[in-house]
Amino acid sequence: MADLVNLTIDGKPVQAPPGTLVIDAAKRAGIEVPAFCYYEGLSLQAACRMCLVEVEKMPKLMTSCTLPVAEGMVVRTETPTVAAARKSMLEFLLANHPLDCPVCDKGGECELQDMTFRYGAGESRFSENKVHKPEKQWSPVVFYDMPRCILCYRCVRICNEGMGVNALGIVNRGVVSEIAPNKQDHLECDECGMCIDICPVGALTSGAYRYHTRPWEMEHVGTICAHCADGCKTTLGVRNNQIIRGNNRDRSGINDEFLCVKGRYAFDFYNHPERLQSPLLKVDGKLEPVSWSQAIETVAKKFQQVREAGGKFAVVGSNHTSNEEDFYLQKFGRQVLGTGNIDHHRTGDVPALLDALSGKTGKLAVSADLYQRKAVLVVGADLALEHPFLSFQIRANYRHHQAHVYVVTPRPVREDAVAAVSLRDACADVFGPLESLRAKLAAEPELVIVFGDVVKGEAVRRLVDFGESLGIPVKYVALVDYSNSRGAVDMGLLPDAGGLALPEMLAAGDLDAFWVVGANPLKAGELRSRSAFVVVQDMFLTETARAADVVLPAACAYEKNGTVTNVCGEVQKLKKALGTMGTKPDLEIIGLIAREMGAAPVMGPWTAEKVFDEIRRSVRGYDIPVPVVAAGGAAQTMPVNGRIPLDGRPDLIRSARDSLFTSGTLGRYSKVLNSVVESRNNR
Amino acid sequence: MLYNEPSPHEVKVLTRRFGLENSASLDTYLATDGFKAFKKALEMTPEQIIEEVKISNLRGRGGAGFPAGLKWSFVPRNSPKPKYIVVNADESEPGTCKDRLLMENDPHQLIEGVLIAGLAVDAHAGYIYIRGEYRYLIEIMDRAIAEAYSCGYLGKNILGSNFHFDLYTHTGAGAYECGEESALLESLEGKRGVPRIRPPFPAVVGAFQCPTVLNNVETYCAVPAIIRDGGAAFAALGVPKAGGTKLTCLSGHINKPGVYELPLGFPVMKMIEEVGGGIRGGKKLKAFIPGGSSCPVLTAEECQDLTMDYDAMARKKTMLGSGGVVIMDEDTCMVRAALRIMRFYAHESCGWCIPCREGTTWIRKLLQRFHDGMGQRSDIALIGDLAKNMFGRTFCPLGDAAAMPTMSIVEKFYHEFEDHLDGKPCPYEKARQLVMA
Repeated sequence: MADLVNLTIDGKPVQAPPGTLVIDAAKRAGIEVPAFCYYEGLSLQAACRMCLVEVEKMPKLMTSCTLPVAEGMVVRTETPTVAAARKSMLEFLLANHPLDCPVCDKGGECELQDMTFRYGAGESRFSENKVHKPEKQWSPVVFYDMPRCILCYRCVRICNEGMGVNALGIVNRGVVSEIAPNKQDHLECDECGMCIDICPVGALTSGAYRYHTRPWEMEHVGTICAHCADGCKTTLGVRNNQIIRGNNRDRSGINDEFLCVKGRYAFDFYNHPERLQSPLLKVDGKLEPVSWSQAIETVAKKFQQVREAGGKFAVVGSNHTSNEEDFYLQKFGRQVLGTGNIDHHRTGDVPALLDALSGKTGKLAVSADLYQRKAVLVVGADLALEHPFLSFQIRANYRHHQAHVYVVTPRPVREDAVAAVSLRDACADVFGPLESLRAKLAAEPELVIVFGDVVKGEAVRRLVDFGESLGIPVKYVALVDYSNSRGAVDMGLLPDAGGLALPEMLAAGDLDAFWVVGANPLKAGELRSRSAFVVVQDMFLTETARAADVVLPAACAYEKNGTVTNVCGEVQKLKKALGTMGTKPDLEIIGLIAREMGAAPVMGPWTAEKVFDEIRRSVRGYDIPVPVVAAGGAAQTMPVNGRIPLDGRPDLIRSARDSLFTSGTLGRYSKVLNSVVESRNNR
Repeated sequence: MLYNEPSPHEVKVLTRRFGLENSASLDTYLATDGFKAFKKALEMTPEQIIEEVKISNLRGRGGAGFPAGLKWSFVPRNSPKPKYIVVNADESEPGTCKDRLLMENDPHQLIEGVLIAGLAVDAHAGYIYIRGEYRYLIEIMDRAIAEAYSCGYLGKNILGSNFHFDLYTHTGAGAYECGEESALLESLEGKRGVPRIRPPFPAVVGAFQCPTVLNNVETYCAVPAIIRDGGAAFAALGVPKAGGTKLTCLSGHINKPGVYELPLGFPVMKMIEEVGGGIRGGKKLKAFIPGGSSCPVLTAEECQDLTMDYDAMARKKTMLGSGGVVIMDEDTCMVRAALRIMRFYAHESCGWCIPCREGTTWIRKLLQRFHDGMGQRSDIALIGDLAKNMFGRTFCPLGDAAAMPTMSIVEKFYHEFEDHLDGKPCPYEKARQLVMA
């Protein structure tokens, strides 16, 4: 490329695009310049002065984090002057630092520790009293220890710029400056914990993690968050078969380092005291613990009886189980039980979108598109609450690429702050406001349209027609609710033509067997077929499980391998982090029932890998590259050719509209989510 | 009002109306050549105005001494954004008390200077950022601005010229840091007063992200005289490369402390002896701060044959600064002086960057312990070392301002530190009354 800038760093010739900062250019050349306050993607501070380097013809040391590369620039990062400067900065930093590493959560993964170890200042020349302030708790999950704080302002910036929440600031000045929360003594924010994660030292610590372990005592398992549909990778710290924390410091996965409160803390449902750890069988109207073999035998026998008697089955699948389990379940329902009465709680009209786009390529957006495309249109969804990661992507896009954001929602949303145009569709007809945006949207070079469950059925086709009539490349995202809502649709947890949909199942009086896997349809509804044999696979004794004849305790998403598909159709791998005694993954449970019924030859082996192979062969759009998924990457499903069978029931599509602190049934069993909500209610 | 008798050595250009009856009123101002320069400037092109300022060799009076005409010429003329004039009246440098007199006694001179700067860079709004402690001056300035509005010297269509200009005062909240130009702009915009990353400089990206001319009060006050009498006449008052006069604030152990307008290049010893009436009580000079407490301190020997101008001071490795001269006599304890200075900077450090935030406080603590008689020999080197580690590595010049006097005192008055060793009582205790800002 002709427009690269040539410079020399430590004698190495380096090329970098104009505008690159010296610190980044050095990093790309394999030269590390230490820094605390510099953080890729956030605004520049030049506050920590660690990244000072020598630049020829400059009288003073320069901060490489604010210095753009220039033609012919000669930079030296390892001279005695630079080394002395780094050492003195660390000495200054440690002057008021409590040096309580032995009890600090950050010990072992602390940037200040690492830098002190590497760049010196191991001995203190400081003999006066240090500035001390007691530790403060700002929320159930955020603690602040002022003396440890080095004031790099990363937390302030990630909260303000990254999250758009602006909950942190600075009070006082000079040596007693400190970070302060937005409500004097406490925080009112997303509780996302990004500030804790980004803190280079132990100043901000997590209420869920503090004093639990040392970092090196954990195993780190990168898996996919079990909550919303965005599919963030969360790296679980596991010790002694317990999840101690979740974060994504290794920046793997589509979400880079982003996680919301659910991804970071709400893994704790797995060891809730009410977790089922033994199969239950209804004896004299009461659920009694039984052995797995007895439970499986009972279910298999009953299923067989109903099948042989030509009875009526109904199968309800989950928004949370893996693709493999969904596939296996519907296959079992269709091929072994011989029923087309299969459904799940539908949260977004993905089939209508796939159908409207069938035959077209490059129309389905991935999550990265929200960060990269020049314009984004959000229709009828409060992304900051329902899809925090997509919201984060859009904000980052606005910040880094000045993307144009258009918002058409019923209520004010956080995206308004970065929006070029925000429209309120009071009458729930989005096409009026959309038409008024037509000229502006058509003038954009490209667009991503993200729409919620207000656009469903015919409206999806209308929206696609609108998008395609703009004359610019447009990509689409149909929002769905939960970690594998998209997969449930793709795997076919939908009724056959003539099959019963979920409300009809509940309303039918003549069901002989009702099988619910990881769902809670009886939370708000009632099963009319009182005599039906009800089998429920779940983690907890939900409303539905209480009505069951057999309850089979299921493993959660963190306790199994498999794949899930996120809201953008990106398939990612679940990795087993731990096991809970007495539970089995749904795939295994279904497999055991199949074996007991003698249906194993039809169903095939129940390992996640084998089922995934079958999915790749038989599910449309899922012929995705295995190595990408196997290596922890995200592979987007392919666009579909030909029509998608639609059952014309957009009325069944209903998003649960979970907030940041709720997550369907799962959220009810998360201590952290509950404590956050509680602390807010108690204010 | 005036606080000291004028000296016959003064060359009164900026202070020519000081002492006149009602000198702050527009009537007095108009009766004494007021707004003549502005009327003349209306006939000139912006290039001519800037050229005239360049010819005058006017250098920034806030402390850094950057050529004013050059600074103005950096403003991108063809920028579609509005441009602003900002007056730095956050006079907080210890030892400096000149801007307050200029505003108190001749506010219209400042207004006229601002208007001419507005003409030069096509700005139509200006802000006077006045330190919070100068509350009474805000009233004086507001009154003068209101007067100027009512007589058509501010507002729309000034003097029928189609030039419009709005001027506002803005209060600081008591932070020395806000005298640093970019922190001042942050504070002006209603944010926390911390400095900005530069470049870009305010001339390109200043107040509200728009091109901004930002100068000290005294700098703007010199502009009417430059335009009225010509840049060459102003330049001729001073020395080559630094034109005009400088308001010099004499304080410390001197018989006649006060603010005197002296031509640049005035001999230091003559200033002390003849303008300031000599050292109080006939004592000997020990140390000399030429331009506010941020400047490296000079010894009595260094002051011989020294003149008050930018280049001469630079040759002695110190600065003319803001003109805040502090005289210290032979009874002064230099450790205590260093402590007093560092106490100020530790209190005023904004906390933004590490070396200044931690360094100032650490050195203050060390000096305090040392002065209390609990110092060790190694502490002397440590104090100097810490100051050196701060110097040139901080985000803004506050760190340098704290480091320079410390380094110079440790270097030049090393023996006084030694005198405090081994629990000896301070040998200079009788001179406790060090008069510093």
